[in-house]
Amino acid sequence: MFKELEKSVIVFSGLALICGLAYPFTIYAIGNSAFAPEAKGSLVYEGKTPIASTLIAQNFTQPQYFHPRPSAAGADGYDGASSSGSNLGYTSQKLHDAVKERVEAYRAENNLSNTQKVPMDAVTTSGSGLDPHITVANATIQAKRIAAARGVEESKMIEAIHKNAQQPYWGIIGEEKVNVVTLNLTLDREFGKVKI
Amino acid sequence: MEVLDMGLFALFAFTVVVFGFFLGNYVYKVYDGHATFLDSVMTPIENALFRISAIKAEKSQSFKEYTLSLMVFNLFGIFILFFILYFQSGMGLNPQNFSNLSWHLALNTAISFVTNTNWQSYGGESTMSYFSQMAGLSVQNFLSAATGAAVAVALMRGLTGRGIGNFYVDTTKTTLRILLPIAFVYAIFLMSQGVIQTFSSYVELTTIEGVKQTLAMGPVASQESIKMLGTNGGGFFNVNSAHPFENPNELTNFIQIFSIFLIPIALLFAYGKFAGNRREGIAIFGAMALLFALTLGATYYAESQGNAMLTQLGVEAGPSMEGKEVRFALGASSLFATVTTAASCGAVNAMHDSFSPLAGGVLMLQMMVGEVIFGGVGAGFYGMMIYALLSMFMIGLMVGKTPMYLGKKIEAYEIKAVIIALLLPSAAILGFSAIAANCADGLAGLNNAGPHGLGEILYAYTSAAANNGSAFAGLTANTPFYNVTLAIAMFIGRFGVIIPMIAIAASMSNKKTYALSSGSVRSDNMTFTIFLAFTVLILGALTFLPALTFTAIAEHVLMLSGKLF
Repeated sequence: MFKELEKSVIVFSGLALICGLAYPFTIYAIGNSAFAPEAKGSLVYEGKTPIASTLIAQNFTQPQYFHPRPSAAGADGYDGASSSGSNLGYTSQKLHDAVKERVEAYRAENNLSNTQKVPMDAVTTSGSGLDPHITVANATIQAKRIAAARGVEESKMIEAIHKNAQQPYWGIIGEEKVNVVTLNLTLDREFGKVKI
Repeated sequence: MEVLDMGLFALFAFTVVVFGFFLGNYVYKVYDGHATFLDSVMTPIENALFRISAIKAEKSQSFKEYTLSLMVFNLFGIFILFFILYFQSGMGLNPQNFSNLSWHLALNTAISFVTNTNWQSYGGESTMSYFSQMAGLSVQNFLSAATGAAVAVALMRGLTGRGIGNFYVDTTKTTLRILLPIAFVYAIFLMSQGVIQTFSSYVELTTIEGVKQTLAMGPVASQESIKMLGTNGGGFFNVNSAHPFENPNELTNFIQIFSIFLIPIALLFAYGKFAGNRREGIAIFGAMALLFALTLGATYYAESQGNAMLTQLGVEAGPSMEGKEVRFALGASSLFATVTTAASCGAVNAMHDSFSPLAGGVLMLQMMVGEVIFGGVGAGFYGMMIYALLSMFMIGLMVGKTPMYLGKKIEAYEIKAVIIALLLPSAAILGFSAIAANCADGLAGLNNAGPHGLGEILYAYTSAAANNGSAFAGLTANTPFYNVTLAIAMFIGRFGVIIPMIAIAASMSNKKTYALSSGSVRSDNMTFTIFLAFTVLILGALTFLPALTFTAIAEHVLMLSGKLF
């Protein structure tokens, strides 16, 4: 028994040193020399301070920005240190009530009629709560509001959406979609920041 | 849309089988001691380890020796991991100053990662230090997968008349020659796509609109690759592969799904080589592929129907996106969910709790039958062998011939072991679910009401006993009741299957092999493939249909009548 334990301890220690320390530190060294921006979180800087990660949704609420999907991450949503979905099932009353409220809010802020259908992704929370993408359909509906808030033509917004839209890989993997964070950064760059 | 999704499924099937085939050749060479390209690097390391520990690498172990080695190694792993987690704050690499885990969470997590389950009662980014993730959990991602593969190979050797081999040797070789090299390349690829690998503290930023946001960081890429490859599935972050830092785009997602099935499929091809008849492996592969086509079709169809309740509220018709990411949507979310529960992975890229009732039921059923549809690394193979031996036994009885598999008699000893391996996990799933559904501690954790709430309980114990690790994640499981009962279920589900399988391996290895005659029942043809698939379906259905009726099916029927809870 004691001999067996000794064997286990030796083999375990050897493999743990290789897999638990040598391996991750080597990957770290490679990442920070070959793919430094990506390995550090795809951060966007303004001067020296980070203002966003292009992979993580932010809570855009002002009218001149495209709004991301609803979020269940953290108490107020979009908490990058507390990722979470709602985990509500198909027959959940809570989900029903929440979506009802979001549909109304989405129609109100985008000036839609009471009968107009609302895009699915605009009123459901994402799996991570940090999903930076929305569908092109969702973005297109929001374009009018943003154009008005920025005082530019709606066609410019549609153009920006399509320029930023990401197509499926090799034509088959994935959906057509647009990244809210990079799209909003593009808007600020091309049309200037809106002072509030 | 449907056409694109079918294209995705076809591309997935094609790539994973092609790569599985080539890896299978390599895996066989590793286990059978042939020269491979990594010899010059790995042989000296292995020899040094075996010399210091006085392991006789060439000598095959007996059932008792093998079991003792495996259990001591795994129990020591549980002890070390518990120690790291319970004293986390003193271990360093903890920029967020996370405190020590409670005894029950540390116990649950230690057993969870050593048993290749990776059930997580915690959210990674709010609980675990970088040291715990990297030197604690990640190490077990390698070693638990290697343990599973070692047992599978022991069984392959036993069934084909060889000695079962040495546990330490196979575990070490699996880790150093199969898992580590692939994980290494894989992690570099992930970083190139945006998966992070950093030891800095969490990034505090002021957003474009001027609000504070904190971004969790960590050495993710190195853990992510082995998490998928080893069918572990324990996410660095709470939402696992739905998190953009774990799985940033469609390409990483595709590779993640691919890497779940890669080694399980390679092992089937390796089995064909051990058996000296490629078709023995292909027959097993065929049964798994058949079942997988059924479950993927069912999950995809159920998910594509969408949630009528949302449409009535004025949302456009189409699949529900609650709990799903736009970059994965219907096709890649359904595929990921089906693959992760077919295998014992348990990583998720969408929240299973928010899936349609029937899709949730299919995911549960896949785990209930023991995750034998390709299954976990090693575990899928030895799990399916339970059904294969049972199938051959039943066929033998039906046609009135001595039941044999690969020319070796299947006798009372083997059938007893098979039955133990079948019944223990099933008893754990149903027994613990019944207890939890009938006590205040169990009901306190529910996030959903009605049949879906019961589904959260059933899913939890199913996932634990099947060593999957995915969840209907609304369940609040970080309580002494759930942590302890789930830990017991995980332990039973792992070692209650592994030990009988080693027993079978050792007993078969000592048996005389009879040459097949024209009248023998064969296990390398289509008839066997179909019989095997039906055995899995019928046994699974008989055992679990009542439980699924009260959860998934009841919820589906009530949903159709518009009932909300």
